[in-house]
Order: sequence, then C-alpha cells, then structure tokens
Amino acid sequence: MIQTLAFYLFAALVIASAVMTITARNPVHSVLWLILAFFNAAGLMILIGAEFIAMLLVIVYVGAVAVLFLFVVMMLDIDFATLRAGFVKNFPLGLAIAGILLAELLFGLGAHSAGGLVLGTPDAATAPAANVPNIQAIGAVLYGHYLFLFEAAGVVLLVAMIGAIVLTHRQRNDVRPQNISEQVKRRPEDATINTRPEVGGGVKL
Amino acid sequence: MTAFFQSLGLPFEAAWLISTIAGILLIALPLMLSVAMIIYVDRKIWAAMALRRGPNVVGPLGLLQSFADGLKVFLQETIVPTAANKGIFLIGPVVTFTVTLLAWAVIPFNSGAILADINVGLLYVLAISSLGVYGTIMAGWASNSKYPFFSAMRASAQMISYEVSIGFILICVVLWAGSFNLGTIVSAQKGHVFGILNGFGFNPLLFPMWVLFLISGMAETQRAPFDLCEAESELVAGYQTEYSSMAFALFWLGEYGNVLLMCALNATLFWGGYLPPLDIPVLYMVPGVIWLLLKIFFFFFVFSWVKATVPRYRYDQLMRLGWKIFLPLSLLFVFLVSGYLMATGHFA
Amino acid sequence: MSVAHLIKSFTLWEFVKAHALTLKYFFKEKATINYPYEKNPLSPRFRGEHALRRYPNGEERCIACKLCEAICPAQAITIEAEPRDDGSRRTTRYDIDMTKCIFCGFCQEACPVDAVVEGPNFEYATETRAELLYDKNKLLANGDKWERAIAANLEADAPYR
Repeated sequence: MIQTLAFYLFAALVIASAVMTITARNPVHSVLWLILAFFNAAGLMILIGAEFIAMLLVIVYVGAVAVLFLFVVMMLDIDFATLRAGFVKNFPLGLAIAGILLAELLFGLGAHSAGGLVLGTPDAATAPAANVPNIQAIGAVLYGHYLFLFEAAGVVLLVAMIGAIVLTHRQRNDVRPQNISEQVKRRPEDATINTRPEVGGGVKL
Repeated sequence: MTAFFQSLGLPFEAAWLISTIAGILLIALPLMLSVAMIIYVDRKIWAAMALRRGPNVVGPLGLLQSFADGLKVFLQETIVPTAANKGIFLIGPVVTFTVTLLAWAVIPFNSGAILADINVGLLYVLAISSLGVYGTIMAGWASNSKYPFFSAMRASAQMISYEVSIGFILICVVLWAGSFNLGTIVSAQKGHVFGILNGFGFNPLLFPMWVLFLISGMAETQRAPFDLCEAESELVAGYQTEYSSMAFALFWLGEYGNVLLMCALNATLFWGGYLPPLDIPVLYMVPGVIWLLLKIFFFFFVFSWVKATVPRYRYDQLMRLGWKIFLPLSLLFVFLVSGYLMATGHFA
Repeated sequence: MSVAHLIKSFTLWEFVKAHALTLKYFFKEKATINYPYEKNPLSPRFRGEHALRRYPNGEERCIACKLCEAICPAQAITIEAEPRDDGSRRTTRYDIDMTKCIFCGFCQEACPVDAVVEGPNFEYATETRAELLYDKNKLLANGDKWERAIAANLEADAPYR
C-alpha cells in the first residue's frame, strides 16, 4: 500500500518536474526542475531496492553533473526575445524531430505488445545472490564477469578525457604564472646573504 | 524503540511511525541546541586565541549569546530584494538547513542507536553533502547581485573539487571496514591497531588519509581557511549578502550544522565513533554517546583552532590543493591501502 | 630541495608550528578587559558627554556669553539668551547636537566660568537619533549627575592649566 503510494508519488513528481524542465522559461529553473527529476528518480530506485544505484544517481548526477550544468547555465546571458525570434525558423525541424520520436515510441509499444525481448539468460555467474547487498552484487558482476568490458569502458573514458584536455588546453607564452612549488622550495639562505664588507670596499651583488 | 512502542499494545505500523518521529526529534532538537551552543563556543575559542574575551554579557559567561542573537534575527524583517528571483531566493536557505539535518540520520550514536541503519550509509552521507551546495548556489543566483553570484560560482567549483578527493579517502576506509554501513565501519575499528587502539586514525596507512579528510572537510563545509564563498574582504558576505532575518539564520544554522556533521564523520570514520579510544573494559563503562560527543567536540575545537590560526587561501591555491595535491595523494593511498589489504589477505 | 625540507612540507610542519603557537596564546591572559564589568582608567582630561554645571548654591554657571557657540567647529551648539527677571543674563535655550559634536573640547576651553564641560561619561548610546539632540534641561541634569566626578577632574587637571 505504502509502496504503491510512494511509487505514484515519485513517478508523478518525476514526470511533472520533467515537464517543467522543458517548459520553464528560465534556464536556471529548468536545471533546478531537472535536479528534482533526478532526485525523484533516485526515490524510484530505492523503491525497487537498488539503493546503490539511487545513491550514485544523487552523487553523480545531482551532486556533480547538475552543479556543472547550473554553473554554465547561470553564466548564460539569455535574451528571450532573440530566443523566440528563432522559434518560427526552427519550428519545422523541431516538429520533424518530435514526429520521429513519436513514431519510435509507437513502434516500441507495438514491439512490446508483440512480446517481451529476452536480453540474456541469467546463469550461475551473473544471477544475483539472494541475500547479498546491492554493492557486493554489482561489484561481483562488474569486476568479475564483465571485468574486461569494465576496464575497456574505463580506457575509453580516459581517452575521451585526454582528448578533451588536448583540444581545449592552450599554452600561453605571454604570461608568467606563479610556480608555487618553486616558491615553497625557496629558503631564506637562497635569497639573502650576510656579508661584512670592508669600509669603502662596496658590496658585490 | 519500535519494540518498546509495540509492547504498549500499538500495531507495528503505528509503533514504527511513532518511534521514527521520536528518533528524528531526538536527533534534531539536541542538534539545534548544540548548534546554538557551538556558535558560542566557536566565538569563544576564536576570541581566546586572539587574546580577546568573546561574548560575555548575555547570561552567565555569555552562554545565552546565541539565543539572544537568534531572538534578534527572529524579530527582524525578512527583506526580499525587488530584483531577486523570489521563490528560489526563499528556497535557498531552506535547502541548506534541511540538507544539514538529513545527513544526521545515518550517524551511529551508540551500537544500534542509529536512526536509519542503511547499507549505503556512507554513500548517503556523500550524496546529502553534495546536495548542500545547492542552497548556496540558489541563494547566490537568486539574489541577482554581483557578490552573491561570485560566491555561488566559487562554492559550486569548490564543492565539486573536494568531493572527488573525499570520495577516494572514504574508499580507503570502506576497503578496510568492508562495508558502507556506518555502524559496521565503527565496529570494524574495535581494537584496530595492536588489538587495543580503537580507530582507523591510529593506522599509519590511514592517518594521512585522516589529515586529508580533515582538510577536505574544512573545504567542503566552507570553513576558514577555505571560506572563499563568503570572503568578507572580497565578496561582502558572499551568498548571504542579500539575506536578513530568519532566512539568514537558517544559513547560519545550516553552516554550523554541517561543521558538526563533518566533526561527527571525522570521529565516526577515523577515530572509533562511539567506541572509547582504547579497547579497555573500564572505558566501556562510559556510554558510547558520551565518547562520540567528546570526539565531536574535540574536532570542533580543531576546526575553530584552524580558523583562528590560518589565513584564507587564495582561490587558485584552493583549486591547486584540491586537484593537484589531494587528488593524486588520495589516489595513491587507495592504491597503497588496497595493495596492502590484498597482500595481507584481508579480503580472503 | 633537501630531504629535510621534503619531510617538513609533507608533515605540514609549518602548520603544526603555527597551531602550537595559537594554542599557547589560547591559554594566555587576555589582552582585553571584561568591559561592562571592568573599565579602563580615564584621564581627568577625558572628553566625554557634555554637561552644564551649577554653582554650589544651585545657580547655573552659564552666562550666555556664546563663546562656546562661536568656537564650536562643528557648529553643534545653539544658544539663545534673554535677561532673567532679576536682570542677570541667562540662556533660554542651550542645545548641543551630539550627532554633530566632534568632542574637540573647544567649548570647555572657551568657557570663562567653567559652565560647559565634557564629563567622563562615554556610555550614553541611545535608541533614537532625537535622543542625541541635547537641550538645556538634559545638559543641566547631566551636570547635576556628574558634578562630583567633573569637579574632581577639573581639580586634578588645574595645576597644568
């Protein structure tokens, strides 16, 4: 009873905030609604007993990705008049995309009614054990059965990251950045000398 | 506690509801009270290190200062700037405050005395603490004013940066404890070193991690020397600039509640939580809650001590520390700790 | 960079030293006084809140010469005078705007009869601005209240004038 109530609450909130995300006029409001949607999705995950996924959803999407979104969106200086000016021009394109999405949805529904797709047969290695916590179950599958794929995904991400850095990094020669480790390394002995010059002899610098 | 209410003849659901609400109140009310007192303690410690006296007029030794401040703030007018985004402006402080209270649900106060004994307790804390920044960002953006906006930018970048290394530090603890459940993590620390010292912090491999955690915790709670998002010399009061009255008080409560939470995490994850520091039967005569509170108070003293000692970081130094020093160091220690545990057959 | 420096920087030695220092100061005697209960000694020349004094027989000292009004650099003093029924020259109005006053003490120096003085009181904060616009009654009341302290201060300072 409570589970059903909670499910409909979370589900309704996810859909409502998703709708608000795309209809909100202000982009920052959109991101905030998106965060609410993520949050309620995490609630749904908890309902089906996937607490690890739920927490990851909150940590990664709400805690990091959405913060970055906000970071960028907050700095946008949006003029709503120019936004609306482009509306008529882009309307056919938007309509086309919406049509394709609708067709895909209908196609998917039709396929579903024809019978569910079996994605793979659970064998002894991948079947979730009965009384094992979420994290252990995922860990066993990820680092045991799918170790190679997992590592490969890691390498792909690493390559993507290095690529992004290489593409955006530029070396500037016209600035003299602070070199903190050099400053920390410097000792009073290196910077000062105590001398006792002869009278009239001057000091050699 | 549910069993107690059931013994009074209530059905399970009602007993569960009542005991949960009682548990929430049992944590939230003393927490609010201790936040008020800890603000006073903070001011006193800070003053003492600057050879000043601190608040000393309201009540005996100035003990009621925070309540006087609270009353003053409560009677003030709530001002919402005309150009502010009103809804978000008012939600901001509420988010900060609520999130602070949420995380306390998984802190074990004694063996078994934990409001929500969930498997992913530590991840829950991480998730909640990553939410904390939204209050700041919303407040900064909705104020529609330069300095709060800068503050929000700084806060968001700072929080993301330090959460990464905090994640790696916590992984070391989790590897050793073998669980994400905070209760299990505490009991795993019993007799951890030489069978007599309770706490991961005594472990030479984890002690450096604790130091990193302490410093990252200061950055995460935006305490001095990392309080760049309210750096008064540059940003007036940062994201709080446009706030007054109760909205301001909520920020204040939230901030100190977060600091207390960070102290509680220090105590729970590295220094044995509700266990006494030494695994000697005599010390177990003292209730676990007392040990935990003593540890929390000690770490709060450390937080104040640092605040009184170290000048504020520059923003690029903060980022450098987070990404170029803490991240590689904590990664190195994840490697070292897991290597050691594999070599000694900890996982067998 | 020598090994010693490396160890020093990784053990955060400078920070540890700094914290030891602040901890030492934590237990040191306070440099400030416990203000509302303890007060610093004041010089007899201290220039605090204004007062209008009276002679021992109760007659007010001020003869409405307006020297103080003339010398006041902030123009905080306003005086109106009229002969009294017994023919003596007295003020009908003697106002000091304490929000303008800069506490230079010129009024006190200018006064030929030691009527207007700046007393030792510095704790006269008010809740409204209007309360800081002192009139003759308020100033005379101040004089009555602080007469003993003011007289003692004037006497202590007399040899140097």
